Parts: sequence; C-alpha cells; structure tokens
Amino acid sequence: MAQTTRPLSPHLQIYKWQSQMVTSILHRATGIALAVGSLVILWGVIAISIGPEAWASFHAVAASPLGLVLLFAWTWALWFHFINGIRHLYQDAGAGYAISTFIKASWFSIVGSLVLTLATWAYVFMGGAA
Amino acid sequence: MSRDLRNPLQRARGLGSAKEGVGHWWNQRLTAIALVFLVLWFVVLVLGLLGHDYQAVRASIARPWNAVLMVAFIVAAFWHAVLGLQVVIEDYVHTRWVEVTSMVVIKLLAVAGVISGVFAVLRIALGS
Repeated sequence: MAQTTRPLSPHLQIYKWQSQMVTSILHRATGIALAVGSLVILWGVIAISIGPEAWASFHAVAASPLGLVLLFAWTWALWFHFINGIRHLYQDAGAGYAISTFIKASWFSIVGSLVLTLATWAYVFMGGAA
Repeated sequence: MSRDLRNPLQRARGLGSAKEGVGHWWNQRLTAIALVFLVLWFVVLVLGLLGHDYQAVRASIARPWNAVLMVAFIVAAFWHAVLGLQVVIEDYVHTRWVEVTSMVVIKLLAVAGVISGVFAVLRIALGS
C-alpha cells in the first residue's frame, strides 16, 4: 500500500448495497471461480484423451454429491458471467447508461442467471441421467 | 542534471499510448465476444453427452467441428481468464513482489493449461 496522508475514499461498508454494486462484485467473483473451473474442464478433456479409466475417475468425482453441488454452483457462475458479460459489452458500446436502465439491467443479470441455471439443471435431471 | 524545465505532464503530452494502451482492454472484449458463442456451443455439447458412455463421449469430441471448437474454447477461455485475473491482481495485491510473482505464475499456468488441453483434444481427434 502506498504511504500517504491524503484522504482515502470510503471503504465498502460505508455504502448502501445496490444491485449495480452487487453485480459488479459478482462479475469479478464468478470470473475468478470460472478461472478455477476451467481447470476442471481441462481435467475432463485430458481424462478423455488418456482412456476409459481416467474418464471413469473424473466422472465419479463429477457425479458425486459434492461434485454435483460444485457443478451447480459453476453453472450459475457461468450463466451470471455470461449474461452480465454481454451487459458489459453493451455498456462498453456506450449504451444503457440511464440510471433506471442500468438498475434494470443489473436485475436482469441476477434473475436471468438464476432462470438459466434452473433450466439447465431441469434439463439434466429430466433429459439425461447424471 | 536535466535542462528540461517542462513538468512531467507537459513532457508526456502528445506522445500517445505507446501503441499498446488499449491492448489489454481490447483483447478482453474480443475473447468475451468469442466466448459468448463458444460457451453456448460447449453447454449444448455437454448437455447432449449426458448419460453417454466413454466411447460415445470420445467419438463426439473427435468430430472435426467439435475438436476445432474445443480448441478455440480452451484458448479463448484461458486467455480471457488471464486478462481478468491480471486486473484483479493489479487492483488488490499491493505488495510489488507478490503482484509480479502471482502474475508470472498465472501466465505460466495458463500457457501450460492451453498446451496440455489442445494436445489432449488433438490426441482425441487424431486417435492416438
């Protein structure tokens, strides 16, 4: 930390919680989680390349109770980062900066990601065996 | 002792961005746009493979389009991840040597991840 006697901006706890702030924080958090998750995808692909036994042990971990919970969390992280990322691209283009639009879009990221996550897992449990 | 009496801002003005000023930002967006499509493809692929046995999963990844898109997905995902983690580290790690060390570790890990992932896809696709 730079040593300074200048005034600092107030830290997190001073602000009222708002949806725009939550989505911003969640975008970073889910990004970090997805970076870790990409290592799991890597494990899966490498396991397929090695052979049936390596795949079986990967599959056993993924289909275990803890594995399913993590996969469920990962699915939400993916869909949140996906929707909120598209929202960021839209805002990078200079659009959607009216305050009411901005707040609505942040709620869209939250609700949309939950809907997509539930839809994905509804498909998993109804469509194919896990 | 320099005889240049201009202040630092005056010296920097007009020199531009050394041509890489927005490189990080721009690559983050390009990989994001690619990943919008690649993530959708990946999720559809995985959901379609639910309940299939090893041979079917392997045969599916081995198909040319799937193998090519899988390589694209791995490269774009790791690239995007490194750019994102770099910003997080720059923002929150204030001890210089920790900052530099974690950047080096993350970049080397990502490169190792991409190489081993692409190699695995090639093994699957080319059947060895």
